[in-house]
Amino acid sequence: MRSLARLRHLTRPLAALLCSALLAGGLEAREPEEVVVYSARNEQLIKPLFDAYEKASGVRIRFLTDKEGPLLARLKAEGVNTPADLLLTVDAGNLWQAAESGLLQPVDSPLLRARIPAHLRDPDNLWVGLSVRARTVVYNPDRVDPAELSSYAALADPQWRGRLCLRTSNKVYNQSLVAMLIAERGEQAAESIVRGWVANLATPPFADDTAALKAVAAGQCDLTLVNTYYLGRLLKEDAALPLKVFWPNQREEGSGVHVNISGGGVTRHAKHPEAARKLLEWLASDEAQAAFAGENLEYPANPEVAVAPLVASWGEFRQSPLNVAFAGAHQGAAVKLMDRAGYR
Amino acid sequence: MTQAATPILAPVPEARPLWPRLAIGSLAALVLLPLAVIFASFADPQGAVWAHFGEFVLPRLVVNTLWLLIGVGFGTAVLGISLAWLTAVCEFPGRRWLSWGLLLPLAVPGYVLGFVMIGLLDFTGPLQTAWRAQFGAAPQIPIRSRGGVIAVMALTLYPYVYLVARNAFQTQGRRALEAAQTLGLGRVGGFFRVALPMARPWIAGGLALVLMETLADFGTVAVFNYDTFTTAIYRAWFGLYNLSAASQLASLLVVLVFIALALEQRSRRGQRFTAGGRADRGQRIALGPVARWLAALWCGLVFAVAVAVPLAQLLAWAWQSRGDLDVRYLGFLYRSLILAASGAGLVVLLGLTLAYALRARPGRGASFIGRLSTLGYALPGTVLAVGFYLPMSAIDNGWIALGNRVGEQWAPLLGGTLAAMLLAYGVRFLAVGFHPVEAALHRITPSMDEAARNLGSGGRDLLARVHLPLLRGGIATASVLVFVDIMKEMPITLMTRPFGWDTLAIRVFEMTSEGEWQRAALPAITLVIAGLIPVLLLMRGGDTEQIHAT
Repeated sequence: MRSLARLRHLTRPLAALLCSALLAGGLEAREPEEVVVYSARNEQLIKPLFDAYEKASGVRIRFLTDKEGPLLARLKAEGVNTPADLLLTVDAGNLWQAAESGLLQPVDSPLLRARIPAHLRDPDNLWVGLSVRARTVVYNPDRVDPAELSSYAALADPQWRGRLCLRTSNKVYNQSLVAMLIAERGEQAAESIVRGWVANLATPPFADDTAALKAVAAGQCDLTLVNTYYLGRLLKEDAALPLKVFWPNQREEGSGVHVNISGGGVTRHAKHPEAARKLLEWLASDEAQAAFAGENLEYPANPEVAVAPLVASWGEFRQSPLNVAFAGAHQGAAVKLMDRAGYR
Repeated sequence: MTQAATPILAPVPEARPLWPRLAIGSLAALVLLPLAVIFASFADPQGAVWAHFGEFVLPRLVVNTLWLLIGVGFGTAVLGISLAWLTAVCEFPGRRWLSWGLLLPLAVPGYVLGFVMIGLLDFTGPLQTAWRAQFGAAPQIPIRSRGGVIAVMALTLYPYVYLVARNAFQTQGRRALEAAQTLGLGRVGGFFRVALPMARPWIAGGLALVLMETLADFGTVAVFNYDTFTTAIYRAWFGLYNLSAASQLASLLVVLVFIALALEQRSRRGQRFTAGGRADRGQRIALGPVARWLAALWCGLVFAVAVAVPLAQLLAWAWQSRGDLDVRYLGFLYRSLILAASGAGLVVLLGLTLAYALRARPGRGASFIGRLSTLGYALPGTVLAVGFYLPMSAIDNGWIALGNRVGEQWAPLLGGTLAAMLLAYGVRFLAVGFHPVEAALHRITPSMDEAARNLGSGGRDLLARVHLPLLRGGIATASVLVFVDIMKEMPITLMTRPFGWDTLAIRVFEMTSEGEWQRAALPAITLVIAGLIPVLLLMRGGDTEQIHAT
């Protein structure tokens, strides 16, 4: 009997907790000045900016983080009743997908058009890039002469046999890189490039960019393809690492370094679309851009804004002029191509 | 009781009570709704994706998955049973603290151990680097391999087997062994022919959890870039933007697990596993002078690799990122604990309900549906989270529409409430709450109920004075497992949490999803330490029980 009584002790606070939670959901009143954000960009990268915006504008920001797939599924399920006003992602493909699924609404903003280059924005104004993530070649200067390097495609040459390290093809960054190859050269040529990469691997693909960089520094392989901010993080810890940046595709007409974006769009059923637009515009402003990209050593989407000193030390480069929407349009084909080529 | 199996008494024909079917029905409604959503994806056929996957992806992934299941199943069985036997029945140096220390891997998420092990043992790790500095070329340690991922998963999942097997051996092992010895069996024969078969329902329950978790795992295999069936699911969803194909793939997992469970159940049909409910009074086996140190070495080694090494590494990393520690951590910790505790309470209650309902022999159809409702554990968490979220939103949208009809602005009924979160945990973890309790319930024979009734005890009194004491071990085991599982859980917590309800697991997610593993150590170690609390409580409870018994 005693045990049952003890159980009852436990159930009462639990019931109280449940009731209060239910009520909390019910009583929360809508304030006039508020923006609700669903973000696939991590809390530690966005919260400092949101805090700054709240202070400057007096607008309250409520936000939730999750992976992009679940966030899109969630937006779709909630439909007209979604609380979300703004969707932030760390990849253009998912913004494209959100737009395709009708989850975003166009934002006609002269400010955004002025601040963000056209190839980093949706042609129909459904989303806009806020920071640029450049995926480039990083090599070990003890083992590679940069004069040997030229393009992503050239890494498929037999001269790199047993010298290349790559991250897994499960990561969207590699999927969108291959999507760019498809957009530029067609599927067949892209597939033979990817097959060449796979043949050149020194070791099975890594789970993350950092591991691939460490392998290059340790001499397990000679070069790899990574997003530059991973290099930045490593160099911040140990500036002496033998790792150098090479910007590929600079000599090729109409091409350039593969860039993806972290960006956002206003949701179709936003309750505060105006406030969401203002937040987007603020995030594209000079003041916010430096911090937005700087928090993670990325490049600002607004080309007028200066980059962090470490990032600047890697030199300037030309981005691929393709609209980043290609990442979404060709991503499915890229994934299937990598499956066929045996890129794990 | 010379053999494990005694034939069932012929069932006494009596009117079936209604409540078990009602209980099963409402539980099933809760769990089967998300499963139904996942199966409903077949209404949107994805022939092209299937053709592609069938040709280029699935053959390799199915082989990978089978190897993983076999390896992890075998590994956890060997580790769990051997460690449980040694600590429950034998005496050797260090037994006292190892018996609870060996539970601690429960609190260490698999992807954390995987990341630490790769960091230490791979080409760029300190071991190989030091070797190269000393001798030039180093022997390659193939840690990023099938063997590596199997070892790591076995080392993090064996506690599921260890905990339940220990429970079984503690209550029957020594006495069973003595009985076997009086019949002329040696120690080895006694173990394999009596103690092990008698512990089978316990071990099978534990193994079922291990295999379901292995099938559903994405985090650990991703760290090794070891592609399994789950990888295909996420590749279809995140890579091809095809949630329908992903759900269809996931539904195959459910079918597979269900068949496995049904087979196991069938092979046990006609057997009844019962043993006295008292903790064991037999003597511990005094091992020989060499054997006792070998036993200590084996247990110590497992503890070192599965607990000491990852904790030391996490502590070192956490120290580097100690600047992240601020007052908000109190909130993360508090919310993790509240969710895990209330979730564990609810899930174990549901598990008990299901176990009792099935015990009342509600008929074949109801039993089938009852077992079906534990399958939420076999699905990748993110897929289940969506499966839960869709019907939940449909209910909310209906509710809001109804409000609009009557001219009121009604807030969502479920979305953004803790109640919804707890229900989702219920769907996910019912298996974990159910299996240990069900195994414990096997111990209570119908004749014990009869005896108690003859002595004038029935209804609540019977439950409180006969059942509850006998079920204590099973309930405690289930509670701890669910508690720790919820502490570590990410996808459902991410998807259903109210605004601002970030937990320790969410912090780990925030850091790891951008590859900041070192910074993830701080929330991870906090999570591990908080997860230890119930494990220690459980072990203390277990020890008191023993003291009373001897």
